[in-house]
Amino acid sequence: MDFSWMAWTKPTATFFAIIFCLLVTLTIWEIKIPGGAPRRGILQFETTRGDRLFISLLGAAYIHIFWLAFLSLSIWWALLIACLYAICVFVWV
Amino acid sequence: MIEKQVNQKAWFMVLPVFLVVAFSAIIPLMTVVNYSVQDTFGNNQFFWVGMDWFRDLLHSERFHDAFFRQVSFSAIILCIEIPLGIVIALAMPRKGWGVPVCLITMALPLLIPWNVVGTIWQIFARVDIGLLGHTLAALGVDYNYTQDPVAAWITIIIMDIWHWTSLVVLLCYAGLCSIPDAYYQAAKIDGASRLSVFRYIQLPKMQRVLLIAILLRFMDSFMIYTEPFVITGGGPGNSTTFMSIDLVKMAIGQFDLGPAAAMSLIYFLVILLLCWVFFTVMSNIGEERSKGGA
Repeated sequence: MDFSWMAWTKPTATFFAIIFCLLVTLTIWEIKIPGGAPRRGILQFETTRGDRLFISLLGAAYIHIFWLAFLSLSIWWALLIACLYAICVFVWV
Repeated sequence: MIEKQVNQKAWFMVLPVFLVVAFSAIIPLMTVVNYSVQDTFGNNQFFWVGMDWFRDLLHSERFHDAFFRQVSFSAIILCIEIPLGIVIALAMPRKGWGVPVCLITMALPLLIPWNVVGTIWQIFARVDIGLLGHTLAALGVDYNYTQDPVAAWITIIIMDIWHWTSLVVLLCYAGLCSIPDAYYQAAKIDGASRLSVFRYIQLPKMQRVLLIAILLRFMDSFMIYTEPFVITGGGPGNSTTFMSIDLVKMAIGQFDLGPAAAMSLIYFLVILLLCWVFFTVMSNIGEERSKGGA
């Protein structure tokens, strides 16, 4: 199958590969420890591992958007902040 | 508690759905992401530009204006349609021949396709041949939606109210019908006023359907395209160019696939965030209720 019409680039392919790996990791995690580890964190509502990944990814997207909108520094800083944010989400949310 | 049998093989049953979603949503979305970081001059040749389209877009006045218009439109129609829908649902009869008459009348606007609604209002509001436009002009009202931005906005808002309030009404009516008579009887015994019945019985019982109505109306209005496109075409000037219209102009009119892809993704993220917030709020209300035993 030819996917050249999708106009792939290395960075976007890496981006999707990482997302795919995250989903696979979560699936393996769920098989090893089923139930999704629900808990009530600082947001005061119940979240599972999947919810926490979703909150991390959505938050990361917004961090990048706000970075581009308000700052002219390198985008890699936004990525670093997004990673720290994701760790915080997995620890406290 | 009964132990549930765990059988992971059931996931294979979901595979066809996953394939359909991948084909119709995930792969196109991936393509949009790929477009958003590249420029093209056609002929399927692309050039890497990085985050430039996002940066340009987030600093462009055109995008800010379209976004502001879209948010304003959704806010205005929600502020009107939700209270109006509740009032109409409260006024609708619960028994007798009036029920089917009201329900069918309410359902009628929902059955009309978007482009037909747009065409109906485009003609209806015209000053030269439309009943509404002509009547307003005869009454001395300075109304011309093709030239006056305020008139264009009023026309589109009234059109949307006409088209979609019924949905809110039907959802609220379903919520009201599900309230057992015992609640009203208890309220009567306690001598509760009409307002108290609404505040303490009807509104809490309608909470879930209202949230669904708000979510549906928000999503629909935030993605509105056909009706304003048919009625005003985004004009006069750019006064009714919502994000959806601007997006199509950029992607198909100007063939600026990169900026249009970047805009689509930001548009998508806004919708995703708001839907997630609504969904979380809705789920939590349900959870608290089941815990409270109500």
